[in-house]
Amino acid sequence: MSGPGMSSMGRRRSFGDLTYGLVIGGIALLAVTIIVAPVIIVLMTSFTEGRALKFPPQGFSLEWYQQLFDPVKSRQIHRTAGNSLTIAAWSTLFGVVLATLASLGIGRNRSRLARVADSFFMSPLVLPGITFGLAALVYFSVLGFRPSIDLMIAGHLIVTMPFILRTTTASLSQLDPALLDSSQSLGASWFYTLRRVTLPLIAPGIAAGAFLAFMASIDNVPVSLFLSNARTDTLPIRMWGMMESTLDVRVAAVSGVLIASAFVLMLIMEWTVGLTRRMRD
Amino acid sequence: MRFRQLREWQLALPLALAFTALFLAPLLLLVGVSFYNDDKISQPGFASWLKFYGDPFNYKVIGDTLLLGVKTVCTTVLIGYPLALVYLDLSARLQKVLLFIIVMPLLLSVVVRTFAWIVVLGHEGVVNSVLMSLGVISEPLKLLQTELGLVISLTQIEMPLMLLPLISVMSRLDPNLRDASAALGASRWRTLFTVTLPLSMPGLVAGCLLVFASSTTAFISQTVIGGVRLIYLPLVIWQQSLVVYHWPLAAVASLSLVVSVLSVVAALSWVGRRSGGYIHG
Repeated sequence: MSGPGMSSMGRRRSFGDLTYGLVIGGIALLAVTIIVAPVIIVLMTSFTEGRALKFPPQGFSLEWYQQLFDPVKSRQIHRTAGNSLTIAAWSTLFGVVLATLASLGIGRNRSRLARVADSFFMSPLVLPGITFGLAALVYFSVLGFRPSIDLMIAGHLIVTMPFILRTTTASLSQLDPALLDSSQSLGASWFYTLRRVTLPLIAPGIAAGAFLAFMASIDNVPVSLFLSNARTDTLPIRMWGMMESTLDVRVAAVSGVLIASAFVLMLIMEWTVGLTRRMRD
Repeated sequence: MRFRQLREWQLALPLALAFTALFLAPLLLLVGVSFYNDDKISQPGFASWLKFYGDPFNYKVIGDTLLLGVKTVCTTVLIGYPLALVYLDLSARLQKVLLFIIVMPLLLSVVVRTFAWIVVLGHEGVVNSVLMSLGVISEPLKLLQTELGLVISLTQIEMPLMLLPLISVMSRLDPNLRDASAALGASRWRTLFTVTLPLSMPGLVAGCLLVFASSTTAFISQTVIGGVRLIYLPLVIWQQSLVVYHWPLAAVASLSLVVSVLSVVAALSWVGRRSGGYIHG
């Protein structure tokens, strides 16, 4: 083998590797910037002194946060935030009970019917939310129900429950069946095994799913859009209204609060149940 | 044994009942309502379907909606895939940090993420003020209420849906394959296109499906960033149901959204399954 050939090949390869590093690394850096920058920019804007959403923000003040926490000026925002929390809490609670039962029932059942039922329960994730929102509105109107918090809880239950079912079924499938068999062969009843063996082992999965469902409910727009009225509307609907009409800087302050709470909650869930690992797998 | 099997299966009944009453029944009713002619829902017939599909404007809306999904999928792949490649090369500790950064926006309300892009793309927003101070432009660019601005925003808003399945599949690939490719003299580009890319196809296809389904139905981002002049199907559904109160037409529009989005999703996943066989050696 001649030297020049080798060296020219070596140079060509290193040139290719250089462009690879530059292009792939450069785009990846751009991706991280695009993901993170808007969030940081909103946080910065929420501390502005000015009355408009300008960048760079003018001065530094907590004025918009004071306005946001003022019980008189921001009464509507507080009311809608209360609605959001109530709806998210109840729909998550019902979702946890129903999804855990269903998961225990058919999560490890390989029969065809059980698989079909499982896809049926997961289908709200694929169906456009706006279609289900409209369907629920038409359905409840035909049945003669007036808009209420209860209807909102029912609607949110359907679209957030799949998150709980998915993580619970995933942790059940990782459970060693030998544990259950040995518990039963040692004379434990079915219910005792459930309470002392199964549930403690799948609890992190249920908790991760419940967290995702709760956040999805807080975030939900399509279902709330159709099922709420002026009395039962939620925080995202209210924020949407504020964004469509006058661009109130309080939206930035609400966003700031939501960003901070999502960040803290996510750190807690990461430490306790390994949230991101469950979302990746 | 048989008795136990039966009892476990019954645990899924409460969820099955809830889903039948609150999910299946409303959707079937929606299909039924679409076969009524008038907004009072009194005359059965095909008039709503004929009216919707007799209007050439609605074909343009459906086309634009699907095209928006395709454009968003392209940008998320172009920007997201390199980030997933970089993720593979990071240390376990940095991988955790990056995964946290990727997942974080997913738990942030869509309304907050949409609002962030108003601040970034607005008349006095970040992009315009940076470009103006650099002297690149003398007058602010119009980015809000344009499709370009909407695609940029959706790229960030939908990015986690692309990255999670992609990273999930790619981190299960045997790193020895890439090392072997390099040892056999392939450049990093060639390794990317002949080894990593084909093997990561399942994750890529899954990501594309999620991004497509989510961006075509992203009502809030479409209306707030796209404005009223860019019309997509979710806006038509909203107008027909909550502004005009013509539920049969709204039902036709939302069933058209489901069918057109899900048929693209089905076609993509068919391509995905076919390409699963396309792996060298």
